[in-house]
Parts: sequence; structure tokens; C-alpha cells
Amino acid sequence: MAEIRVMREDLRPPAPPPKRHFISIKDVTSDDVERLLATARTFERSLEREVKKLPTLKGRLVINVFYESSTRTSSSFELAGKRLSADTMSIKSSGSSVDKGESLKDTAITLGAYDPDVIVIRHPQIGAPHLVARVTEAHVVNAGDGKHQHPTQALLDLYTMREAFGRIEGLHVAIVGDVLHSRVARSLIQGLALMGAHVTLVAPPALLPRGIEAMGCETATDIGAIAGADVVYVLRMQQERMQEGANYVPSLREYAARWGVTPERVRPGQKVMHPGPMNRGVEIDPRVADHADALIETQVRAGLVTRMAVLYDLLTSGPVGVKTESALEVA
Amino acid sequence: MLFAKSAPKENLVVRGARVIDPAAGVDAVLDVRVDDGVIAALGTELDTNAHRVLEGHGLVLAPAFVDPHVHLRTPGREDEETIASGTAAAAAGGYCAILAMPNTKPIVDSAATLGALIETARAEAEVPVGFLAAITKEQGGTELTEMAELADTGAAGFSDDGVPVASAGLMRRALQYGAVTGRRIALHCEEATLSREGQMHEGAVSAELGFTGYPSVAESLMVERDLALAAYERQPLHLLHLSAWESVQALRRARADGVAATAEVTPHHLCLTDEAVRSLDPNVKMNPPLRAASDRTALVEGLKDGTITAVATDHAPHARHEKDVPFEAAPFGVTGLETAFAALYTHLVEPGAVPLETILERMSAGPARAYGLDEPRIAVGSPANLVLLDLKASYRIGEESFRSRSVNSWLLGQTVKGGVRMTIAAGRMVFAA
Repeated sequence: MAEIRVMREDLRPPAPPPKRHFISIKDVTSDDVERLLATARTFERSLEREVKKLPTLKGRLVINVFYESSTRTSSSFELAGKRLSADTMSIKSSGSSVDKGESLKDTAITLGAYDPDVIVIRHPQIGAPHLVARVTEAHVVNAGDGKHQHPTQALLDLYTMREAFGRIEGLHVAIVGDVLHSRVARSLIQGLALMGAHVTLVAPPALLPRGIEAMGCETATDIGAIAGADVVYVLRMQQERMQEGANYVPSLREYAARWGVTPERVRPGQKVMHPGPMNRGVEIDPRVADHADALIETQVRAGLVTRMAVLYDLLTSGPVGVKTESALEVA
Repeated sequence: MLFAKSAPKENLVVRGARVIDPAAGVDAVLDVRVDDGVIAALGTELDTNAHRVLEGHGLVLAPAFVDPHVHLRTPGREDEETIASGTAAAAAGGYCAILAMPNTKPIVDSAATLGALIETARAEAEVPVGFLAAITKEQGGTELTEMAELADTGAAGFSDDGVPVASAGLMRRALQYGAVTGRRIALHCEEATLSREGQMHEGAVSAELGFTGYPSVAESLMVERDLALAAYERQPLHLLHLSAWESVQALRRARADGVAATAEVTPHHLCLTDEAVRSLDPNVKMNPPLRAASDRTALVEGLKDGTITAVATDHAPHARHEKDVPFEAAPFGVTGLETAFAALYTHLVEPGAVPLETILERMSAGPARAYGLDEPRIAVGSPANLVLLDLKASYRIGEESFRSRSVNSWLLGQTVKGGVRMTIAAGRMVFAA
């Protein structure tokens, strides 16, 4: 594989390839998604071995910068880097110069001075990864920017659905809950549309952003609309993003009664997903969350291998269409 | 009401330019002679009187522009703009008069603050500048400023621009008392309980990008309220920076009903839509926000049919480090003094959407009329307020070209058509390229 790449480059005029980032699902094609999912699958197999570490990204530096709290995303990015033998550093906003009022631009330039290969960033403001991409030489991975995008979450969700159903095209996915504040929903709607799935958003009226149908989905305010779906994707009620007195819903109690995903509202065989962390008893009934039809733990495992795939893909810059089994051969 | 540094007046002849004064119905190739800062003769083959001669062949000579909405950031943020730098930028943009908004630090809400500004303007303003004073003390929305004293001191009008007057009762009192001053009250129409936290126009683009929406109805609801109050009190008012189709409709209806309301629109609202926000460039973040294509069309139509009579830049300088942040963290506002004509010529006149004469009128006589200022005219006996325009000039807008202390322009990096070659303001040549 490596030889083939050298030959290909010999045939081309020498020009540095454009820096590739993974900031928005909008920036990728269905071929990109297929390649990433296939790569993730090969990594999943490699993790079944006794020694789980691969030397693929040895000597590479991955910096994780988290301006918002996170368990799943930050731990899986860190582990993904380590499993691929990259050097990883994790920086959290509290306890760093951010506490002293340093701007994002200055923090990014400072970290850029270490020549990282990848900067993974989570930030409460839309557009933060774009700014980091502008002022550093690193590949930038968006681990969540405000309410905008969370592309690796969409990728792991697509991976989970593909593993559960063997396909994504033609699936009917109902996304239920706080769409307004959800970057997960925005990335997933785009990802599902890209891969040919059918999406219905189900939420109280004020939590359905006006004009969202233009993204290629249907909307409903009646929880009954989840009945025909293959997957019920439950969103977290993001109380921390709701301003005082905004009255998106009268109360969490009324929300749970009217839109909560309960055993009575799902049918056997209908798969249930949730990006976590869950508000048990609000958007999802504990009996649904813990049922065998829930794929929530699978999603967490998928998070590790899909993030490994993203790091691998960005750093090896394999031309589109390369058979991704080569991931293991290179390893 | 307008103040500038004193300087010797100009003696010159502009020869052979296409002279367009839409308000006077003039459009002809003429020589224009200025004696001691006053237009002394119009004609062909004019005697130069031994004056300096400027060759105007192939260029357009028009009444210089009036910008009714500028933020000079002085006092308080002189790092962003000063009266000297802001008026130099105005000169480069072809303006002979500008009006500055009072939302500075401190707010211009007392005769003392206003008086100090006027003194500074007399010392350093390149182009005559007028100062609006606040409607309410500290723009707090609870207590009227001493409007009569402020008017006597030289206030050009009153506005709480930047924040709406939330209380309808107080708004009514301001209109009532405003009649005493004879100065225009200018309103920033925004229902804050609908727009709060809003980052951009609410619609398909905000839904996709995840930004909290600032819906059109947040503006038009307040426009309707203020027009109703103006109708009831039979008082004139001026509506700042309209952005929404519904606002234009409401204004058109009110004017037809006899309400003495005028309104302005910015070049960016006339040229751009919310699609531009997909770039996440903080230089397309303004309040009110860029709206949908249908809103933009309504604004252009309103400008053409005279519902909207003024173009205003809402020139809002911001320090580089304050705009070099994620879109959500950036302050609202863009600069515009030096690019307004080129933006409108490139995006509206060249494509045939609006006649050149309309743009020239709405950038000069229209805004002057809205505030009761003397309209710039190309007529014998009028003070020389002239702009010489090169419609064929094509150039790229870069940071280095700005006289403003700030560079937060939405046109950065773009190639535009239509350049200002020379500006004469109140009889004095203030810019020549």
C-alpha cells in the first residue's frame, strides 16, 4: 500500500495537499462516510486482539482542547489517540490560561507552536473550530461547537445503525426532543440525509427550530410520530442551554408526560439510541434505556473506533476510494 | 447642528464631468466652478478664473453623500475610532456630512458631554459632523434626557440607537417632548423579549447552523408600535436600519396614512442575505441581522419607490481582537463609510436592480431631509458639497486602504466597482485620490 502511494505521488506535480479537517458533516461526501465507517470497522476488529495498541500514529501529536465538560467525547478521543500510539495531550478550560481570560485565538496559537498534527476542540461557541483551523497548521476535529455541529457523534451513530441494521439507506429515524439546542441533531440529520435515511423530528413546537425542514427532514409535535420508525433517537433536554424564563415547555414534568420515550411508546424491535448523558425519567424512561433494544452502550463503543478512524483518516490522507482494509496492513 | 474644523475654502473648476443632481433633475456634461467654497457657475467652456482645474472627463460629479448613522466611538473607545479618523473615512467615502450616534462611553446624554464632543469636532473633524443625543438618560429607558437643553447645545437629533426604547409609555413622552426641540427622534426598533440572545435572522440558515434566531417580527412589531404612537401624537420620527419585509410594509402603510415617518437602510442589508452567515465570518454579524432574500428584495423595492428615503452605513468600528473570535462571541456591527458607494454600485446599480440616480439621491438629499439638514445641491449659490466618482474603477478592498481605525468590513478581500476620486465638503476639498 505504501509503495502504491509513493508511485501515485511521483506521477503528480509536487503540491502540498489542502489541510483536511473534520468540522462539519456538511463538508463530507457519502464516499467519505463509507470510508470512515469501513476504517472504524477494521479498528473494531483490531481491538478484539489481546494487545490493542496499534503503532499507526506513532510520533504524531494529538491535542484535545475541551472548553466544555465532557466524559464520553473527551475520553474516547484520548483513548483513540493512545490506541493508535499517538502522543496525546488534553487541555481543559478550567485550570488553564482560559481562566485568566486568554482568547481562543491566543490559546490556539500557543498550542499550535508545539506543531500538533491534530487539534480536537470542543467549545461552547459556534465557529470556534473554524478559528482554530485558521490560525494553526493542525488538522482540526470538531468535538462539538455550541449548537452547531458534533460530526464525530453523527459518525458513531451512523456506525451503530449500520452495525444494527446492516444498512443506513432507507432507514426511518425519529429524532425526539430538544432539537433546538442540539448540535448532535444537526450533524445527525445531515449525516442521515447524506446516507439516504428518512428523518422525522419530534418535539414540542418551541424546541423545533423554525425552518429546519430545509435540512431535508419532516417534523411533528405528536410523540405518536415515532411509531413507524426503525430507530428512536432520543435527545437530552439541555437545561443548561435554556435561558431563565424562556418557557420552551411549561415544565420537565409536562415534557416527560407528553414527549418522554416510555415502554408504552416504543414497540418491540424498535431500536433506541441516546447520545448521553441521559436525564433518566425526563426524555427517556429507565426501562427503555436499559432494555435490550437500546443501543446506548454500543454507541459508546462505536465512539472509540470511529474517532480512531477520523484521526487515522486525517493523518494518513489516503486518497478517496482506497480500500480501507489497508488500515490493518499499515498497522 | 454640524461641526467641523475651520479651513480655507476651495477655488477650483471641475471640467467636463457628467454632473448628476437627481433632486434638481440635472444630468449633463458640464463644467462646475467653485469660488471660495461656493458653486459659482455651471456651464460649458467655463472661464477658469485662474482656479485650479480638475479634469472630470469620464467621471460623475454628484452632490456629496450624507450618512445619518455613524458610530464614532468617541468618547470611550478611541482605539476603534476618533472624530478625526471617522471623518477622514467619511471623506474618503464621498461624504460631506455625517451624524454620530450617542451610544458612546459615557453616553451622550448631557449638555456637558455633548459640548465637549462639539469642541473636539471643531478642532479635528475633516467633514462636518452632527451629534445625536440620547433619548433616555444612560440609554436606560426610564428617564428622558434634558432634550431642550441638548438641542440648544447643538444636538442634531435624538436616539437610543443600540437599544430599543422598551416602554411604550416613555416612547410616547419622548415623541411629545421631542416636538419642543424641533429635532428628529430616531428609533432602533427591536422587541428585546423576541430577539434576546439572537445571533442572526431566524430561518432555515439559523436552524441549520444552530444559532439562536432573531426573528423579523422582533423588528416589525416595534416598528408597528412606534408608527402607531407617531400617528397618535402626530409627530415625525425616523426609523433606523430597517431589515425586514414586514417593517417596509408597515412603513409604506403608515406613510400612505399620512404619518411623517422616514427610514433608512444599510448597504449590507441591501446587498447581502443571511446566506452570507454560512461563512461564520464575524464581519457579517450585525444588529439587525442580515435577513432572507425576500426581505432584501423588499428593502430594495422600498428604496426604489421612496418608502425608504435614506441609505445609512451604520458604520460600527470594532477592535480587531474583538472581532477575531468565534461568530457567537463577536460584537454586532461592521464598518461602511469607505465602501458604501462601491458596495451599492457593484451589487445594485451594475446588475441593473436600482438606477444610479436613485442611489445618489438616497445617499445625499434623502438622509439630509430626514434630519432637516440642508440638502447638498449642485446649483449656483449652493455651498460646494461634491463627490467625484469613477464608475469604471475596479479594485480590491484590503485592510491597508482604510482610513478608519477599524477594519471590520464585510467587503474585505472583495473586488468592487465604483471609486471616489474627490470629495468637497462645505466648500473644502477633504479627499482626493
